[in-house]
Amino acid sequence: MSLTYVLEATLAVLVLGAAAWTIAARSAFAASVGYVSYGLLLALVWVQLAAVDVALTEAAIGSGLTGVLLLSAAATLRVTEARSGPGPGLPMRIVAAICCALVTAAIAVVVLTLPDAAPTLAPEAVAALPATGVGNPVTGVLMAFRALDTLLEKVVLVLALIGVWSLAPDRYWGGHPGLRHRLPADGVLPFLARTLPPLGVLLGIHLMWTGADYPGGAFQGGTVLAAMWLVVMMAGVRDAPAIRERWLRLALVSGPVVFLAVGLAGMLTAGAFLAYPVDYAKPLILLIEVPMLLTIALALGLLVAGPPERAAGSS
Amino acid sequence: MSAVLDVFTIIAVSAGAVFFLAGVVGLLRFPDTLSRLHALTKADNVGLGLIVIGLLPQAGSLFAALKLLLVWMLVLLAGSTVGQVMARVARRAEVRR
Repeated sequence: MSLTYVLEATLAVLVLGAAAWTIAARSAFAASVGYVSYGLLLALVWVQLAAVDVALTEAAIGSGLTGVLLLSAAATLRVTEARSGPGPGLPMRIVAAICCALVTAAIAVVVLTLPDAAPTLAPEAVAALPATGVGNPVTGVLMAFRALDTLLEKVVLVLALIGVWSLAPDRYWGGHPGLRHRLPADGVLPFLARTLPPLGVLLGIHLMWTGADYPGGAFQGGTVLAAMWLVVMMAGVRDAPAIRERWLRLALVSGPVVFLAVGLAGMLTAGAFLAYPVDYAKPLILLIEVPMLLTIALALGLLVAGPPERAAGSS
Repeated sequence: MSAVLDVFTIIAVSAGAVFFLAGVVGLLRFPDTLSRLHALTKADNVGLGLIVIGLLPQAGSLFAALKLLLVWMLVLLAGSTVGQVMARVARRAEVRR
């Protein structure tokens, strides 16, 4: 029994324990905290499986950003939660447990009945990678071989934000999301909001840039940028922008728009939608990734900030 | 020389682990929020610091060693900020009660 084996077994037990605790937790707040630690442990599992790209995404989005979203949802629901009754009865819980167990069993059957050499396109993806000019196969798949998925993902992100915004009451439409946080300027949170972002912004851009050849990418980088922006907004150092601002809306759609434009240009220059001419593949991928980084950072930050709750121009 | 460095690593990392263990015990056993936070921040600051110092000789390159130190610095910054914010919330809840 090697040391790695012990480490992996411990990790697996911890992940299962965190998952069980998240389900069993009584309050939504406690369940959200459990979910965050579950995500961080899962990221370690991905590192152990040598899938560093997935680990970064899990830590940044699965655990970090989703965690913040869930925590703010739990905080908003706290009043309702206290007022509502004892929750669903025993028969309802048993039915829910059976349904969840069936889904888990189905996934387990699918995974366990895979042929020993699981069907994979990985060798082909790696073989075709030089044509894209990038060195990280994950980025190659995301930005070239399956570019359509990535494009649609960005569109979904913007649509989700529109969905959140549409929850605004009419009188606040176009206004500022969330509450104005007023903290003493010499407090500890404003201090963090002034010290951390220079480093965080650098790290976010680095993650996007290095994603071409090493683990990383626009989504992880954009999440780090969004987190920095959220710290600044929550500390009250800068107010959230009014959602009617023209620059904000243009920046939000810039990612999908540039992606779509390059994709359409591909029909003329490379003979297919979302195809890149081989000589220019790398510069074109970078041209798409920069506005994409902006879109991801803004959309994720504004998703957490929530629907407008104050009229534009008010404070 | 490398044996000396290895022993140094083992001692420092073990000491760090002891701090983490003490922090966990404190978190579980201390009576009120502020003392629990006190136990927790010691584990974060000193425990991680000792582990990082212990790992420095094993880092291989100056760049990797600087990265380790940067991780420690960032955890210090985040940990102390979060500790302060949580303590303030706990204090406010106590005053209200």
